[in-house]
Amino acid sequence: MKLSRNWLSEFTEVNVSDKEFCDRMTMSGSKVEGVEVLGSEISNVLVGKVLKTERHPDSDHLWVCQVDVGRPETVQIVTGAQNVREGDLVPAALHKSTLPGGVKIEKGKLRGVVSEGMLCSLGELGLTVNDYPYAVADGIFILQEDCKPGDDIRDVVGLRDSVVDFEITNNRPDCLSVRGLAREAAVTFGTALKLHEPAVKGSGDSILNYLDVEIANPELCARYTARYIKNVKIAPSPEWLRRRLRASGIRPINNIVDITNYVMLEYGQPMHSFDYRCISGSRIVVRTAAAGEEMATLDGSPRALTPGMLVIADAEKPIGLAGIMGGQNSEITEDTRAVVFESANFSGPSIRRTAIALGMRTDASSRFEKGLDPLGTLPAVERACELVELLGAGEVVDGTIDVIARDTAPTKLKLEPEKIDRLLGVHTEPAFMKKVLTDLGFTFDGDEMTVPSWRGDVSHYSDIAEEVARFYGYDVIPATSFKGTTAQGGLTEKQQTEREVRHLCRDMGFSETLTYSFMGQSDYDLAGMPKDHPLRDSFAILNPLGEDTGIMRTTLLPSLLKCMSLNAAHRNKDVKLFDLSKVYLKEAGNILAREEKHLTLGVYGEGADFFALKGCVEALLRLLRVKNVRYEADKSHFAFHPGRCADILAEDGTVLGTFGEVHPNVRKGCGISAPAAAAELNFELLWDRRAPEPLYQPLPRFPAVLRDLALVCEENVTVHALTECIAEAGGRLLREVSFFDVYRGAPIPAGKKSVAFSLSFRKEDSSLTDTEIEPVMTAILRALEEKLQAKIR
Amino acid sequence: MKNKLESIREESLRAIREAADLSGLDALRVQYLGKKGSLSAVLKQLGSLSAEERPQIGQMANVIRASIEDALKARTEALQSALLERKLQEEAVDVTIPGKKVELGARHPLQIVWDECVDIFIGMGFQVAEGPEIELSEYDFDRLNIPEGHTVREWTDTFYITEDEKVHLRCQTSPVQVRVMEKQTPPIRIVSPGRVFRKDEIDATHSPMFHQMEGLVVDKGITMGDLKGTLNVMLKRLYGPDTVTRFRPHHFPFTEPSCEVDVQCFECHGEGCRVCKGEGWIEVLGAGMVHPRVLAGCGIDPEEYSGFAFGVGLERLAMRRFSISDLRLMFENDVRFLRQFS
Repeated sequence: MKLSRNWLSEFTEVNVSDKEFCDRMTMSGSKVEGVEVLGSEISNVLVGKVLKTERHPDSDHLWVCQVDVGRPETVQIVTGAQNVREGDLVPAALHKSTLPGGVKIEKGKLRGVVSEGMLCSLGELGLTVNDYPYAVADGIFILQEDCKPGDDIRDVVGLRDSVVDFEITNNRPDCLSVRGLAREAAVTFGTALKLHEPAVKGSGDSILNYLDVEIANPELCARYTARYIKNVKIAPSPEWLRRRLRASGIRPINNIVDITNYVMLEYGQPMHSFDYRCISGSRIVVRTAAAGEEMATLDGSPRALTPGMLVIADAEKPIGLAGIMGGQNSEITEDTRAVVFESANFSGPSIRRTAIALGMRTDASSRFEKGLDPLGTLPAVERACELVELLGAGEVVDGTIDVIARDTAPTKLKLEPEKIDRLLGVHTEPAFMKKVLTDLGFTFDGDEMTVPSWRGDVSHYSDIAEEVARFYGYDVIPATSFKGTTAQGGLTEKQQTEREVRHLCRDMGFSETLTYSFMGQSDYDLAGMPKDHPLRDSFAILNPLGEDTGIMRTTLLPSLLKCMSLNAAHRNKDVKLFDLSKVYLKEAGNILAREEKHLTLGVYGEGADFFALKGCVEALLRLLRVKNVRYEADKSHFAFHPGRCADILAEDGTVLGTFGEVHPNVRKGCGISAPAAAAELNFELLWDRRAPEPLYQPLPRFPAVLRDLALVCEENVTVHALTECIAEAGGRLLREVSFFDVYRGAPIPAGKKSVAFSLSFRKEDSSLTDTEIEPVMTAILRALEEKLQAKIR
Repeated sequence: MKNKLESIREESLRAIREAADLSGLDALRVQYLGKKGSLSAVLKQLGSLSAEERPQIGQMANVIRASIEDALKARTEALQSALLERKLQEEAVDVTIPGKKVELGARHPLQIVWDECVDIFIGMGFQVAEGPEIELSEYDFDRLNIPEGHTVREWTDTFYITEDEKVHLRCQTSPVQVRVMEKQTPPIRIVSPGRVFRKDEIDATHSPMFHQMEGLVVDKGITMGDLKGTLNVMLKRLYGPDTVTRFRPHHFPFTEPSCEVDVQCFECHGEGCRVCKGEGWIEVLGAGMVHPRVLAGCGIDPEEYSGFAFGVGLERLAMRRFSISDLRLMFENDVRFLRQFS
């Protein structure tokens, strides 16, 4: 909302600098976005009276003018314009003057004749013919204003003003008006508020002879107020009115249209004017559009209307989009002779939806959508009629049509000073509270107060607390520490563990990624997921930004692969990434998702193979104290190499995660030429299976005895099977079995392999002797041979 | 015989002093002290001496042997230490060659800011609460005093999961507050960092998914002064002890009174410059006293308890903190970007 400080001073006089004005308004709740000082680029430009014009001796188009600028000496100015006559009042930019756009004027000579400045056109002062319709665009601005030689041009053309731009919050549509901001300013600065009550003389006759209004959809239009103006004379508005519109960022058009815009700015109540000729059947119906209806709006665009959109119609057709823009078919034109003023109260959400659907947000719609004062229609239409009479723009016919479809009772609240004090943490005098509230328009009957009709945002004592606090000063409320019962703070064990997981991943060289929770079905394709895979069944966003962000992911793998792919495309070498984020899974009987945190690890480049990644996975499991897992080859996972992929299984067979080398086809799809491996672990399942915190075990008092064992077995016998077999046969004395090597090739026969283990034996109460170990070794070898046909090498 | 022994002593000690290496020294040991060495040769002649002379000469020979052995030992040590010295010199390396690489993964800048904000509040006795991101409108809107028809409920603003508008992607972390208040009786001191979703096209300053951290304190006697005090601590911890803050009135549906909090521009200290777009202040967060209707809707008696809440956008904090000019970099995960934060 742009506010002219000149206009504001009509209602309350605040004599402080722009900076102080902005700072204090911001602190009382009307946030200032910026200030524009009008005319700040213009200096030393005065009104001049042309006393004499003569042809330039050496030019057939230049004129030499003697100009009275209110000083004892006349000044001589040479001009190329042809519209200057003796006796004209003109803007004269004197020696060392400045004009908009950084233009500097100095004394000089034009073809040998001294010129002590320049006579200015509208454009040179930053104005247009819209601002001064009596002037010409391509000549000197011949002033018709009430002024005299020597006056500063900025005062004459209203460029001595500051325009303050406010960011008004959605709850305060009343502040989208000069009167609303004047009320705020008056309370902020303690100045008197002088609001004007419009008075209309009228001209006899009756509006009922001309118009009938019906509200067909009371839920969308609470009130419709109209007046009728006859014998309209369309003309430009006076300069003072155009100046105020201009300062507020609205282009002047003609007296009738300008009046509706002026009233909107002054009262915050949007208005519209219809050319009476175009209202077929002398009837206005506020109704929703019928299917297939169309209308061209004032901007000339055809609009296809859909049922539900509120329109202003006559007996036959829509003539305006309610609260947004009028129709071209009822536009005010040069030859308009009678006008209907509309001042209505439309439902905010309905206006907003229509405006969004049609892609047209206007000054009117942005006010209506916030919900306006239900009592605001009448004063606004009265003010418009008063201006018609003031400007001589037409004759206001007696009577007002005021259809009230829905009545709104005023809000009544009790002033509860102690509750307000308790919320703010300071003591404020009830008298102060009452003063602030009264100045804001609240009326009191003892402690009972009535909220002003324009304050639809106030309905609770906490709202009153804010009104009090705004003028008490948020900055005056002392900053305190909260007191109260002790509460235990800190991260939960699980949250702490998440941090540790992130740390470990980073320590292992993986960088943390941040990826979108939504993606597209094509991202599942990227990961190689078959079309009928159950993980494809994702929560779908009904109104996504695009197809590539239309579903909530059920696995983190596609996000990880996309990051790897992007890095490969940027030729980044040896990349290691991780992500600990949520997936969103459908679950029977739950309309929300089962949101699970998963952990992914991804690596490509040198050494990115199965066992390198498995080492990282094992380290993570150790950190999480997840023991007794088995690794089982997964030959059918869509994203991984069928021979180099494993599922991590808990004892009960639950899959805790999967990892492996990325399938060459998936790698190709991602544009990764280097070897790549990835893992996705279910953090929730791992967390559930963590072992309790360990207790101290006494250190062994006797040394362990080590025995290495190299076995030859068939290729399909796994290290896991061998280890299990050794451990089972080894009994109590065998404390640890560690794999350390696998070998294929001569002298081992083809199809077989040699696997080497280190066995550690120990007794708690004495040193072990060979004679004690030998029978155990024999038992181990026998078991290996019987169960797995593995022989000692 | 005495003279002979004297000359063996002199000769051997000189030879040992002059020995150049360990093998030469070994030869000298054999030459003088060996079974066939010169000292033995002399001692073999002891038998030809008188009974008087024999112990004298014998003792003298033993003294000489001891001194030769000492000399040998000393010289051996000297030579060994010289040898080691030479070896160590030969093993010298160019210390400017880089070490063997240990790759350290990077923290994401957002996570750095996330952890930092959370830690500030943990230090003040807060807990961290989490909640669903696919959320019920009841929690994200209805119970937060956001009425039907409010602009955030529009399909142009919020991502919907169900046609009946009952389920959507939460557009703020505030529903977590409702979920906590519903279950827990005051005192409540929580922060809820997390993902939120709004229908904004992706550009340098907007993203349809971003992160917020909200905080909530509910207890007996919580005031707006407490809100100011708590947020001042947070902002001073984040931006340094000299940070100047400004609380100004604002509007949020779920708090009343509400405020926005600005910090004085670090660049111009309030004068107005390019960084703060001439305002002298930079807006950092929104806050307010929990609306008594919201408390009541969660089963907390607003006559007995009051509370404050605040919310801060983590991406904006991270971008300012690390001078990141384009939000998209945060979600691209290019390692050339990420590694800047290891």
